[in-house]
Amino acid sequence: MPIISYIEAVTRAIREEMERDENVFVLGEDVGKRGGVFRATNGLYEQFGEERVIDTPLAESAIAGVGIGAAMYGLRPIAEMQFADFIMPAVNQIISEAAKIRYRSNNDWQCPITIRAPYGGGVHGALYHSQSVEAIFANVPGLKIVMPSTPYDVKGLLKAAIRSNDPVLFFEHKRAYRLIKGEVPDEDYTLPIGKADVKREGDDITVITYGLCVHFAMQAAENLAKQGYQAHILDLRTVYPLDKEAIIEAARKTGKVLLVTEDNKEGSIISEVSAIIAEHCMFDLDAPIKRLAGPDVPAMPYAPTMEKYFMVNPDKVEAAMKELAEF
Amino acid sequence: MTKLRHHQLGLSDEDVLQMFKTMVLARMIDERMWLLNRAGKIPFVISCQGQEAAQVGAAMALNKDKDYVLPYYRDMGVVLHFGMTTQELMLSGFAKAEDPNSGGRQMPGHFGKSKNRIVTGSSPVTTQVPHAVGFGLAAKMKKEDWVAFTTFGEGSSNQGDFHEGINFASVHDLPCIFMCENNKYAISVPLEKQLNCENVSDRAVGYGIHGETVDGNDPLAVYEAISKARKRAIEGGGPSLIETVSYRLTPHSSDDDDSVYRAKEEVEAAKKIDSIITFGSYLKEVGLLSDKTEEELRTNLRKEIDEATDYAEKAGYAEPESALKYVYGEE
Repeated sequence: MPIISYIEAVTRAIREEMERDENVFVLGEDVGKRGGVFRATNGLYEQFGEERVIDTPLAESAIAGVGIGAAMYGLRPIAEMQFADFIMPAVNQIISEAAKIRYRSNNDWQCPITIRAPYGGGVHGALYHSQSVEAIFANVPGLKIVMPSTPYDVKGLLKAAIRSNDPVLFFEHKRAYRLIKGEVPDEDYTLPIGKADVKREGDDITVITYGLCVHFAMQAAENLAKQGYQAHILDLRTVYPLDKEAIIEAARKTGKVLLVTEDNKEGSIISEVSAIIAEHCMFDLDAPIKRLAGPDVPAMPYAPTMEKYFMVNPDKVEAAMKELAEF
Repeated sequence: MTKLRHHQLGLSDEDVLQMFKTMVLARMIDERMWLLNRAGKIPFVISCQGQEAAQVGAAMALNKDKDYVLPYYRDMGVVLHFGMTTQELMLSGFAKAEDPNSGGRQMPGHFGKSKNRIVTGSSPVTTQVPHAVGFGLAAKMKKEDWVAFTTFGEGSSNQGDFHEGINFASVHDLPCIFMCENNKYAISVPLEKQLNCENVSDRAVGYGIHGETVDGNDPLAVYEAISKARKRAIEGGGPSLIETVSYRLTPHSSDDDDSVYRAKEEVEAAKKIDSIITFGSYLKEVGLLSDKTEEELRTNLRKEIDEATDYAEKAGYAEPESALKYVYGEE
C-alpha cells in the first residue's frame, strides 16, 4: 500500500470525489491557481478548471454562504477556510444557516456542504494561525465535526463528509500535513462519521484524544510500554456528535482515563468527554479523570518559548500518562 | 391611440387582474393575521402591508416554474405568486404540523417550500443573499436558464452578507437579482440613520453592476425593472440591484409599537398612496375593474381566508417528541 502524507490524502480524497461526482466543487481563497496556501488543492485547478475550483473574493461569510446556497440547490461544495482562525466571519452562516436548514424546514431542504479548515499550533503561527476552534461549533446540533489524525482516516472521512447530506466541518491539523505519513489504499473507501477508532490496545490506562495529539499519545505509549504500562488509545475522529459508546467502552476498559486536546481546557471537547465518562462510568473508575490541554489563555503566542509552553507534546502526554498509571 | 401601460410591458388584462388579486389577497391575509393575533389566537405577525406591489410586481416578472426565490420575512406577495396557498400561510400562522414552511417550527414569515423553489429562510437578516448567489452559481455551473431572486430590507443593505454576496455574484457574472424593499424603517431606525447615500441602489456602482430605484407602490414599474434584470441575468449580463421604495404601513411586527418613533400623520400620508388603492384606481381607469367587481373579488378572497383560517385553527400541532426529528438526514 502506498505511503502518503496527511495533506496528500486530503488532495486525493477531493480529486477522487470530483472525478466521481460532477456536482462536487471547491471554493475558497487561493484554492485555484495557487493550489491552496498549504497546497491542499494542488493540481485540481489544472485538472477540473476554474469553474469547479473557484478562487473566491476574500470574504469568508460569502465562501460559506455561497457554498450553502449551492448545497441547498443540490451541488456538493467543498469550501476552504484558509485557516480555522479565519472562520469567524462565517460563523453566522454556519451556525444560523447550515446547521439549521434541515431542522427549520422540517426536512424539506438540506445542506450537504463540507467546510475544510487547517487548525492547530506548533508552526510559529501565533494567535491567529494556531487556534483550535472546534469547541465553538461542538454544541450546535445539525453540524458534524471531523478531526482525523492519520492519512488513512483523512481520505476515508473526507470522502464520507463530501457524500454526507449534512454540513460537515472538517478540521485538518496543519502541522500534521507534512509531518504525518501513512498507508493509504488507492481504492475508493469511506469511513463512518461519528465513529471513534481504537488506535492502540492496552490494559493499564486509557487515553482519549483526537487530531495531532493522537500521535503524541502513540509515541508516549511506546515509551511507557518500556516501563511496563500498556496504554489503550481511542481516537475520537469525529468530535461532534461524539461516539458515546466507544468513549464509555474505552473508559471502562482500564478505569484510568487521560483526556488530551491542544485546545484551551475549559469548555473544550474533552470537557464533554469527561462529562460522558462521569455520567456513565463513575463506578468503573480507579482514578479521577485527568485532562491535559492548552492553558486558558486567548491563543498561542508567537515566541518559541511561549508557544512551546502552550503546546501539548509527547513529553507532556507521557508525563501525564505515567502519573495516571502510577495512581 | 397610445397603448395602455401594462400592454406596453407585455402584460395582458388577465395578468394585471391577477396581479391585483394577489396583492389584495396578501393584504387581506395579513390583516386577518393581525386580527387573530389581537384575539390571542396566534402569537406573532410580521407584515407585508405596503410592499405588496413590489412583491407581486417582481414575482410576476420571474418564471415561477423555473426560478428560485429566496424571500425575506415580509414577502407574502412573492410566495403567494410562487404557489404558496392561503391555507398554507394560515397553517404557518397557527404553527400547525401541516405547515409546509416548517411544520410549525419557525415563526410566520419564515418561508420555504422546495417543491415551488421557495428557499428556506431564517431570522438573522441578509443571510439569504449569499445563498441566492450560491443558487446563481449552480445555474451557471449547470448552464441552466433560470435566475435566483432574493429580497431584503434597506437595513439589510448594511450587513456584511449583502456586500460579500453581491460582490461575489458580480465577479462571477451570476444570474441573480437582488431586490431591496426599502420601506423606510429598520424597526424604529429611519432610512437616514441607516445609510448616507441617496439610494440603496447607488451601492451597485461599487460592485460594478446595474442599480436602479423604482416606485415600490407601482407594480408595473417593478415588473418592468425585474423583467429587464431577469433578461440581463439570463443573457450573461450579471446580477442587478433593484430598490423598490414604498412604506411599511404597520409596526415592525405584532410586538412593536411604532407610535414612539414615527408620527401618525406620516403613516396616514403613506396610506393615501397605498398601492392597493392606486393600482386599483389604474385598473378602474382602464376599465378592467369596477367597485362592484372589486367587492366581488374581496368577498371571494374573504371566503377563501375564512376557510383557510378554520382549517388551520382545527389542524393538529406536531407531536411534542417530533421536536427531536430532522437534526440530521437518514444516512
